[in-house]
Amino acid sequence: MAAESMSVSANRSNPGGGTKRPLSDLQEKDQLSVFENAAVDEDAGDLTDSEESLFSGLEDSGSDSSDGDDEEEDEEGEDDDDSGVEEKDEKKFSKWDVKMREVARKKEGESNGKLAGSDCSVRPEQTGLTPPGDEYEEDTSDEEDIRNTVGNIPMEWYQDYPHIGYDLDGKKIYKPIRNKDELDEFLDKMENPDYWRTIPDKMTGTEIRLTDEQIDLIHRIQKGQYGDAKFNPYEPSIDFFTHETMIHPVTNHPAHKRSFIPSLVEKDKVSKLVNAIKQGWIKPRKPRDDTPHYYDLWAKEDPNAILGRHKMHVPAPKMKLPGHEESYNPPPEYLLTEEERLAWEQQEPEERKLNFLPQKFTSLRAVPAFSRFIHERFERCLDLYLCPRQRKMRVNVDPEDLIPKLPKPKDLQPFPTTQALVYTGHTNLVRCISVSPSGQWLASGSDDCTIKFWEVSTGRCMRTIEVEGIVRSIAWNPNPVYCLVALTVDRSVVLVNPCLGDKLLYNTTDQLIASFVKPEEEPVQPVEWSAAEGDSFDNGLRLIIKHNKMVKQVTWHGKGDYLATVIPDNGNAQVLIHQLSKRRSQNPFRKNKGMVQCVLFHPIRPFFFVATQRYVRVYNLLKQELTKKLMANCKWVSSMAIHPAGDNVICGSYDSRLAWFDMDLSTKPYKVLRHHKRALRGVAFHKHYPLFASASDDGTVIVCHGMVYSDLLQNPLIVPVKLLKGHEITRDLGVLDVTFHPTQPWLFSSGADGTIRLYT
Amino acid sequence: MGGLEKKKHERGAATNYITRNKARKKLQLSLADFRRLCILKGIYPHEPKHKKKVNKGSTAPRTFYLIKDIRFLLHEPIVNKFRDYKVFVRKLRKAYGKAEWGAVEKLKDNKPVYKLDHIVKERYPTFIDALRDLDDALSMCFLFATFPRTGRCHVQTIQLCRRLTVEFMNFTIASRSLRKVFLSIKGIYYQAEILGQLITWIVPYSFAHDHPTDVDYRVMATFTEFFTTLLGFVNFRLYQSLNLLYPPKLESGLQQDDDEKYAMDSESYMEKLAALGSSLARVVPSSEEDDVALDEFPADEENAMLLEEKQKEQQMLEKQKKLFEGMKFFLNREVPRESLAFVIRCLGGEVSWDKSLCIGASYPVTDETITHQIVDRPNLNKQLINRYYVQPQWVFDCVNAKTLLPVEDYFLGVNLPPHLSPFVEEKDGDYVPPEKLKLLAIQRGEDTYENQTESEEDEQSAEESEEEEDEDMDETEKQDEERLKNMEAEKVKNKQLNVKVTAGTVKVENKTEVSQREQAEEKRLAIMMMKKREKYLYNKIMFGKKRKVREKNKLAAKRKAHDDILKAEKKKSKKIKSQ
Repeated sequence: MAAESMSVSANRSNPGGGTKRPLSDLQEKDQLSVFENAAVDEDAGDLTDSEESLFSGLEDSGSDSSDGDDEEEDEEGEDDDDSGVEEKDEKKFSKWDVKMREVARKKEGESNGKLAGSDCSVRPEQTGLTPPGDEYEEDTSDEEDIRNTVGNIPMEWYQDYPHIGYDLDGKKIYKPIRNKDELDEFLDKMENPDYWRTIPDKMTGTEIRLTDEQIDLIHRIQKGQYGDAKFNPYEPSIDFFTHETMIHPVTNHPAHKRSFIPSLVEKDKVSKLVNAIKQGWIKPRKPRDDTPHYYDLWAKEDPNAILGRHKMHVPAPKMKLPGHEESYNPPPEYLLTEEERLAWEQQEPEERKLNFLPQKFTSLRAVPAFSRFIHERFERCLDLYLCPRQRKMRVNVDPEDLIPKLPKPKDLQPFPTTQALVYTGHTNLVRCISVSPSGQWLASGSDDCTIKFWEVSTGRCMRTIEVEGIVRSIAWNPNPVYCLVALTVDRSVVLVNPCLGDKLLYNTTDQLIASFVKPEEEPVQPVEWSAAEGDSFDNGLRLIIKHNKMVKQVTWHGKGDYLATVIPDNGNAQVLIHQLSKRRSQNPFRKNKGMVQCVLFHPIRPFFFVATQRYVRVYNLLKQELTKKLMANCKWVSSMAIHPAGDNVICGSYDSRLAWFDMDLSTKPYKVLRHHKRALRGVAFHKHYPLFASASDDGTVIVCHGMVYSDLLQNPLIVPVKLLKGHEITRDLGVLDVTFHPTQPWLFSSGADGTIRLYT
Repeated sequence: MGGLEKKKHERGAATNYITRNKARKKLQLSLADFRRLCILKGIYPHEPKHKKKVNKGSTAPRTFYLIKDIRFLLHEPIVNKFRDYKVFVRKLRKAYGKAEWGAVEKLKDNKPVYKLDHIVKERYPTFIDALRDLDDALSMCFLFATFPRTGRCHVQTIQLCRRLTVEFMNFTIASRSLRKVFLSIKGIYYQAEILGQLITWIVPYSFAHDHPTDVDYRVMATFTEFFTTLLGFVNFRLYQSLNLLYPPKLESGLQQDDDEKYAMDSESYMEKLAALGSSLARVVPSSEEDDVALDEFPADEENAMLLEEKQKEQQMLEKQKKLFEGMKFFLNREVPRESLAFVIRCLGGEVSWDKSLCIGASYPVTDETITHQIVDRPNLNKQLINRYYVQPQWVFDCVNAKTLLPVEDYFLGVNLPPHLSPFVEEKDGDYVPPEKLKLLAIQRGEDTYENQTESEEDEQSAEESEEEEDEDMDETEKQDEERLKNMEAEKVKNKQLNVKVTAGTVKVENKTEVSQREQAEEKRLAIMMMKKREKYLYNKIMFGKKRKVREKNKLAAKRKAHDDILKAEKKKSKKIKSQ
């Protein structure tokens, strides 16, 4: 009953008469329950009982005459559809109907009886109504559905077939031809006054018009009333056994003998127990004492005892003691301001520095209980048994002790300390500078396509020569006999005679260049030598060495006859060495490994340094072999300088490191200095003083004392002595080049701000 | 080469550790039992140095125990008891299911119990060890003692906790070992010094707890189980050390009580004990405390200072112990009776309260000899002249200051001075609140009166300085004006002459400044030469230092702002008054 009433109550919200769908739904369910009684039998017995009763009510209430009407109507409606089958069907239907009615009547009696039984009363009138005879005459599930013999199967299985089952003779029952479309349906709905009470029968495919009684039954069920209108649930109850005491007993057996003879078995047991007690085998149970008993546990304690388990037991650390801010009446500075409080509230509970909000109460009686007290204790418990413990050695170091003891910069003087002069005039970044070997002149090349010659001591620009491109590198001939400056302009190297200083000197230089006699058979050269003529000669240009590609760097050999150029994009001929006196060029390497960043000649010995991105290779020019490969430990070497003694090399790199190699020591850096914050652009050694400097994009030049001892056992001493600032950072570039004065402890630096500065 | 292949994870660190699950399997215990065992035996996980090696190459987060610890657990008698208990529960359930009530009774009578005595001894081989670890035990027992008798945990546990804490408090009173008290917003912290060990515990304010749901009470109960055992034994030993009877007996009226109400229920006796009103009976009635005088050793000069300091400290301590001696307190009903009675009795004072408030009141309010009445309400209608009415904070502040503080600051309705934490010991460089400075001055023996006058003077001087400031303001304004004039003049000049050689001014450089600057630069350069690791450490230390300074400055600034506001208000009120 439960399931049924549930579905009914669910549908109760819709009034039955208004729409067709819910009603038909309901009806369908009812029908199904009628046909599928056997299936439902699986469920509890109660359910089937109730269903039977329901079913009985449904059928019983219908009168014969109305049923007949129903059939007639059906006949009329489906007459035009045809056929003989239909007729047969109909007969069967009527037969079935009659049978059902009989069964129903029987069952109604049963169910009534059952209902009454639940009231513990007997209803003689009702029992009288049940027809006599065998109850089980037709109570088989097979016979309940006699028109269609497919049995208890979901009717969807026949969806795709033209028939919906088989009749008793084994002939197919065809589906009625459905030619009703929406319109017909609508018209039917409008015109047929019984439309709302007609529902399709799935089993037979016909439409059934519900009788008044059936509808009445549905209504009653929907209202939660009994299916049978005549059923009176409030019958006067009649006790089966009367409550009055009767003079005669219900049964009149005499009492059995066992009931008044003492049990021998019991006697045996008792005597055994008594014996056991007498013998002292069984003792009365002592009352249990749950109160703990304490005594002097540490009466015999061993002061040397360590915790038995292991030696490294770490006792639990104590809880942190509370500070002023935890007081109920703290000093006002410990209370949080509004912003601090908000910040505190927004923090994650784990991140908070204090796990409570400091509060102030005017008196002790105003202090409430702390809501997280139990939590805190619990967390402590968790810490005690879940947290790994570890002895942590707290570093108790005076930070001053960590600072290495270095010789005082004062004792390492002289070194440049203050900015003395600013050479202004360039309009774009000054990429390179070079000082004449005499120390009187300074040459600078800039992105504004000019080179300028300055007098060092006054800061006056002596000459400005315009060239055809950006000057990337400039180098004064180190030989004091020559007065010649080499510079790179785009694809060519230009040798310029600045015509400064001693007239005799620069004239001899010109003569030397002019005295060149072309050899008889012209060698095949990778570059093109040409002498400058005309205007360019007047400007000071003397020789032009044209390369195939852009030239990045030019550098002189110490004697001033050879010069090396770096052409980074030139395949295997990235480095070329030119001889000035013979105007000859050659490619020293058959194959180049990596992109060459810069090259250098050894100041004394016939070595040649080639810096690629990560390594510095040292070649012996005489033996024509690789002697050493220095690992720079950095990503990209930017610049390189060599100590005048020739055994130490420094490398600046774009990852802001400066590596000092002691070539006698190892091929790895002796020291890596990370003084700068940005990429290093230039490094330089002083010729005489133990100084070196590094220029960086962070706008600073750091001067270091780099003492190299002649004693081979003593390692070089490196002490930073001065941080020089002055250049402004423009376009993310700071100081681009740095060089020392050849004789004085002075330092020149050129920056992206278009200035050259002298520090003394 | 020949030889066996070395297998991974079969030697080295991997063999020293065991994961929790494996340990559990080895011990054949359920997780809950394993947890209980770990709690009782005090076994905690270990963090291996190389977690991946120990974890057999996996990086999954796992808890590791030392394999030695687990082996040590293997032959623990309690493990068997746990198993017995499991069987007992099973049998009991079966008996219930079969409704065999006789069997249930029998089973219940034979319920397996275990004792933790040996574990206490094992975990704390010496008594001092036990004392050292008493903090958590006390805090936990004090918390459990406040739990309601229903629900959460066994009533027996709660009663036991209450009993043990009362015993401990009575001992603290008898030994006068309380040193510090702190009223925090979480509860009341007490610190006692027992046998040279500082023991700190926290007691919640006596309100009903709203029990959180995200707390595992079983864990707490297991801890309490152990802690009660520990505290019981410690109490026994402590009582023994002072020749006190254990379980404690009240000293006065011991015989009378016995005579009058022999069958007096233990509960009310317990309450009387808990009232902390009267002292305890001793085994050997000794009236005089035998103080062992410190022998004076002939000390060399270096030690002399130390010794002197020690003596001073000792004197201070003695003074603190007898701080309230000869004073009679009366507690009004709105003050926390237990904590105040405890504190006052610890320092030798006599204390009483209203009879209706608690058992054990020794004298009524009307007693003429009462010196202090502790009141926590804005005002009192009937006040007697011969006693001070002070707020409860006075008592606690006195304990922490180790002297009797002036009562004026703590009268009824007076704005209380801040209550400072006695546990904070400021090192140089830390922020010290001004109240603490004042307190230190009092402790050093400087007169408080002077301080007051000083403060008044301060106020006066402050006013003066403000006036001066006004003047200063005038001056600065004048200077500004002059500067402006000068600038204007310069501008005019500049307009007149585009190029001009002006006489250079001699820059006077402060020599100390220069040297300082040089030193700073030297340091900076030296820092550049540090090794990477050292630099990291150095930066870390310096960061910490800077943060400390920042915090200190922040606190100081906050205080100053607060004081300024107060001053301004005071001034305003003065003005209004004068008007």
